Amino acid sequence: MKLTRLNDYSWKIEKEGAMQVPVIIYASDILMDKIKLDKSLNQIMNVAQLPGIQKQAMIMPDAHEGYGFPIGGVAAFDLDEGVISPGGIGYDINCGVRLVRTSLEKDKIKKALPELLNLMYTEVPSGVGRAGSLRVNKNTLMDVLHDGAKWAVDNNYGFKKDLERHEDNGKIDVTDLNISDNAMKRGLPQLGSLGSGNHFLEVQYVEEIYDKKAAEAFGIFKGQICVMIHCGSRGLGHQVCSDYIREMERTLGSDLSKLPDRQLVYAPIKSELGERYFNSMSAAANYAWANRQMITHWVRESFSRILKMSPEDLEMDLVYDVTHNIAKMEKHQIDGKTKKVCVHRKGATRSFGPSREEISSIYRKTGQPVIIPGSMGTSSYLLVGTDSAEEASFGSTAHGAGRVMSRSAAINKFTGDQIKKQIESQGILLKTASWKGVVEEAPQVYKDIDEVVNVSNNAGIGKLVAKLKPMGVIKG
Amino acid sequence: MRFKFIPHTADVRFEAYGSTYSETFSNAVLAMFNIMTDTEKIKSVVDKYISVSSESLESLLYDFLEEFLVLFDSEGFVPHSVSAKIENSGDNYTLKAKVSGDTDLSKYEIKPDVKAVTYNEMSIKKIDGVWVAHVICDV
Repeated sequence: MKLTRLNDYSWKIEKEGAMQVPVIIYASDILMDKIKLDKSLNQIMNVAQLPGIQKQAMIMPDAHEGYGFPIGGVAAFDLDEGVISPGGIGYDINCGVRLVRTSLEKDKIKKALPELLNLMYTEVPSGVGRAGSLRVNKNTLMDVLHDGAKWAVDNNYGFKKDLERHEDNGKIDVTDLNISDNAMKRGLPQLGSLGSGNHFLEVQYVEEIYDKKAAEAFGIFKGQICVMIHCGSRGLGHQVCSDYIREMERTLGSDLSKLPDRQLVYAPIKSELGERYFNSMSAAANYAWANRQMITHWVRESFSRILKMSPEDLEMDLVYDVTHNIAKMEKHQIDGKTKKVCVHRKGATRSFGPSREEISSIYRKTGQPVIIPGSMGTSSYLLVGTDSAEEASFGSTAHGAGRVMSRSAAINKFTGDQIKKQIESQGILLKTASWKGVVEEAPQVYKDIDEVVNVSNNAGIGKLVAKLKPMGVIKG
Repeated sequence: MRFKFIPHTADVRFEAYGSTYSETFSNAVLAMFNIMTDTEKIKSVVDKYISVSSESLESLLYDFLEEFLVLFDSEGFVPHSVSAKIENSGDNYTLKAKVSGDTDLSKYEIKPDVKAVTYNEMSIKKIDGVWVAHVICDV
């Protein structure tokens, strides 16, 4: 492979073999050294071979090995010649992050925090055996799959004005919905739950402001209490991904063996199967938005009960909700022309600047808020999308820290007590259903989030606005 | 040894063993649930009968393991023991299994991490008389 350095924060792999486009990597030396440790580079070179891929295949600074596509992979496909690949979106369809602001300052909440965390831990179902606190029926689930965050708001989970603070207003239009019984079965009991793994709910405070103007536009100030929610479409999304990987395999038949990697299985975008997958993926995305919106409502209720003020008086506005596992139809500049393409972002966040019409009017002058969560107990960041990201990365940037150590290595290396002490010594409260899970998600097993966001900032694909530090963590 | 975990940066990789592939498949289920809990501690309270058929051994393993993820998410079922029997005729593999376990998960410490079975590096091979299944789960 011919890897050349373009500048301090980007690299290029020239076209070779069956690659149809080159690969661009956004990384510093430190992150590049980590990326080289696993199969990320090979995986993105495989992606560059897929039919109809446009301009360049990319990986973001937090990239690591995934299935088919690496995590942190971004690729755009021609709508006529191109393909859609479930492995380019991921099992957790519309896994995403949202940030809720408050009017509270850090010191005002310190005393109430333990009680607040306890209440949120009860109100927001996280782990197993404590599946969604409401049981919905099949008809209701169908409404959720069609209407996304709008379903939640219509059913009194949150404010109407929350909707314009989502990508796509928290709802992608779905036609002829066709979801398997297994996906429905997995989705029914889990609606309104956080899930486990790297998903979390954190009470944070704003430690630093880098861009005063953007922070002001987002309603963010130094010392402010915010809440960050990270979760996705739960078992329903996983099953949709799995169902279509299987069906696309059967459809590809003998062509399957020609693929560089079985998990890169795809369907043409313009095919019955490709369209059906896009619809089902969109429905799972709607489920995830409803899910995060319901959790937001319970977070507001918890704050309201403990602090004895209404969510409105606490100014608990949604700053924004971003999705980092999805495919979307978007217009981009390709070979000097505006063209509609299918952009796959797998572990990558949309980072649109002020010129994009998709951004709701409230942020049109500023650009889209981009939320990049750290790992448990480390900083998270608020960035703003840039117009230069459009040219550089189809308007995309990183999505998190990215793992560097396996779960089993973490378990061999650390104990629950150790990690608990380490986190508590920084004054962070932690509630969890599983101490084993805490060890597996220990801050040491992730890449340095500070380095990831600096690369994003310096490469111009997402500009730093504010740094948030955790005070209380709930982990499923 | 029924199964073994092998380090993987982002996800969980395991190998399951058996003297027949039926036995290996049963052990693969236990391996997958041991990512989430200690299946030795799960009580045999509920019996389940599972039947799947697929076009290849790999797909059969994928579908079989996935059936358990559906049961886990929809009914909260975790197995203690699995007894699978696979029959093969031409291009078709059929698996029937009797499974015992529990659905009252409040009794156990469970970390419901497994999102999906994957085909990534999946293999089922006979090595020195032992059927070895290699699986990576997305967690």
